[in-house]
Amino acid sequence: MGWGLVAPALLWTAAFFVLPFAAMVALSFAHMEGREVVRGFDPGNYIRIFTDWTMLKALLNSLEITVVVTVVSVVLAWPLAAIIAFRVPARWQRLALLLAVLPFWTSYVVRSYAWLLVLGQNGVVNKALLSLGLIAEPLEIAATRVATVIGFVHFFVMLLTLTIYANLIQLSPNYARAAADLGAGRWQTFRHVILPLTLPGVVTGAFLTFVLCIGDYITPQILGGNAELTLPQLIMLQLGRSGNFPLASALSVVLMAVVTLAYFASSRWLRLDRV
Amino acid sequence: MALKAILPMTAATLAAMSCPGLAQELNALVWCDHTDPALIEPFEEKFGVKVNLKEYEGTAAGLAILDQSQPGDWDVLVIDAVDVGRAVEAGYLAELPADQLPTQNFFPELVMAENNMVDGKTYAVTEKFGYNTISYDKTKVDPADMEDMASLTSGKYDGRIGIYDYYLPVLGLVALGQGINTADITPDTLGSLKDPLMALRAASKQVSDVVSAQTALATGEVDIVVGGGEWLTAVLAADNPNLDWTIPKQGGLRWAQSIGVVAGSTQPDLALEFVKYIVSPEGQAKLATSSCYWGMPANAKTGDALSMEQRAILRWQEQPDFLKRAQLYPIPDAALDTAMQDLWTEMLNQ
Repeated sequence: MGWGLVAPALLWTAAFFVLPFAAMVALSFAHMEGREVVRGFDPGNYIRIFTDWTMLKALLNSLEITVVVTVVSVVLAWPLAAIIAFRVPARWQRLALLLAVLPFWTSYVVRSYAWLLVLGQNGVVNKALLSLGLIAEPLEIAATRVATVIGFVHFFVMLLTLTIYANLIQLSPNYARAAADLGAGRWQTFRHVILPLTLPGVVTGAFLTFVLCIGDYITPQILGGNAELTLPQLIMLQLGRSGNFPLASALSVVLMAVVTLAYFASSRWLRLDRV
Repeated sequence: MALKAILPMTAATLAAMSCPGLAQELNALVWCDHTDPALIEPFEEKFGVKVNLKEYEGTAAGLAILDQSQPGDWDVLVIDAVDVGRAVEAGYLAELPADQLPTQNFFPELVMAENNMVDGKTYAVTEKFGYNTISYDKTKVDPADMEDMASLTSGKYDGRIGIYDYYLPVLGLVALGQGINTADITPDTLGSLKDPLMALRAASKQVSDVVSAQTALATGEVDIVVGGGEWLTAVLAADNPNLDWTIPKQGGLRWAQSIGVVAGSTQPDLALEFVKYIVSPEGQAKLATSSCYWGMPANAKTGDALSMEQRAILRWQEQPDFLKRAQLYPIPDAALDTAMQDLWTEMLNQ
């Protein structure tokens, strides 16, 4: 009976994850001869990924951007979630959350191009700073890593706000009261009581941010102006331009390995049921 | 009587619905300029069919789609003219009846028999072309500078240049800047393109796709787009009359796209009619001014179907001279293509 209930999910996972993944791993050990894929067991693609500086740099770029985006998003999302959970009256919290996630309703690509206009030399940001006399020359923001990070952070703050908020509203106010009774100040209460209790929500959101950010190629391409390559962009180049499916598969396996490592690093605190 | 009469009719109706050949739907694998309803609707109305369009970018992606499809899934293919041979080699294109195509009306350079024919058989026909050269905002740069590629890396325009993110035309332009014809790019000469390519990258602000390049040029993020051309600026002309393009003295690249019937199509006659419509003056004018991107019609008889304004934007009268100054895209074999893409990837990650 139990297996019967689980079978559809297992079959689904086997058909649409395990088998495709196995095929991808097998393909990653193939190589190209001209424009033909030659199957076999050739570790050349992996050797190239870790010895070719262009490929290694793409991996490092992806990791750097993802870590910065994740950290900045957590730092911005935690206070926002706390304000919604503790400061906004209960009857308005639903509306506050709705407003917080409103940008989700816009197409991802459209939102990226919109940011390009906002961050451009003649965009809103530069015009505002120039008219306030804060800068003499327009800032170079678009087509840089900063623009990529801003675009990502805008998106992922929404996601993290939801996961952290879901964690915060489950906390009993008695924790803070007990800490106060024992003589803890507001900072100590936050540092030693509230923050550790919200770690599951923070880590869950951070992990999702990490996974989605490191696998994205649209934002670096549009906002980053191809100023540097990330790993997903490199994969897309192999698929769309070179038709080098074995190398694209090997790069994808490396990407999945990075995500798996991130999962193990955060698994102690991961609470996906809080999402 | 009723039953006897109805049964065959029902059977015939079911057969018509289940047989792809009678489905009256044409499936075309195309570039985005073919998705303009103004282009497709006249054909649909004339033949009473529905044209299903799927966009793709990059020959590798298009060939991968065909590779994963069943024979009969696709009827029409639009492909980079220089890649027709590749598609024929893979068995994706059917032979076309050359006598039914109006190539005698084409600009001579656009017949492109060496690309559209294999072993004496015609497999595709050129439908549209244009140039990869230099687009610029004439109020922000000195137009005289744009006549010389060397000015791009002179330091005068550092940080104001965008590069179109397609390795073939831009590497071709860099080669022309070094006095190397596109047909002479080989693994040996490719090495000499590395330094000028990296110098161009160092002088540029971004490397971007079509939309991003257009946005950057229109918003003043960059003032020059290397690899651009009429296809980049024409659709912006109404709102941005300051945008212009030119072919520098070193030359420019000519791009061309071809259209053919997919091998194994279940309705090759209808697919051929579609091809003939696209290369007719009526279809050519609509394709040339597609809402996705503009380009030059290959059929020289199209002039009358274009408005005066459209002809001015396309520089219709100057085509014979421009065609003489432009060279074709490089046509690399697999090894050279890999080397060119590796160089491009290295440039992106510089």
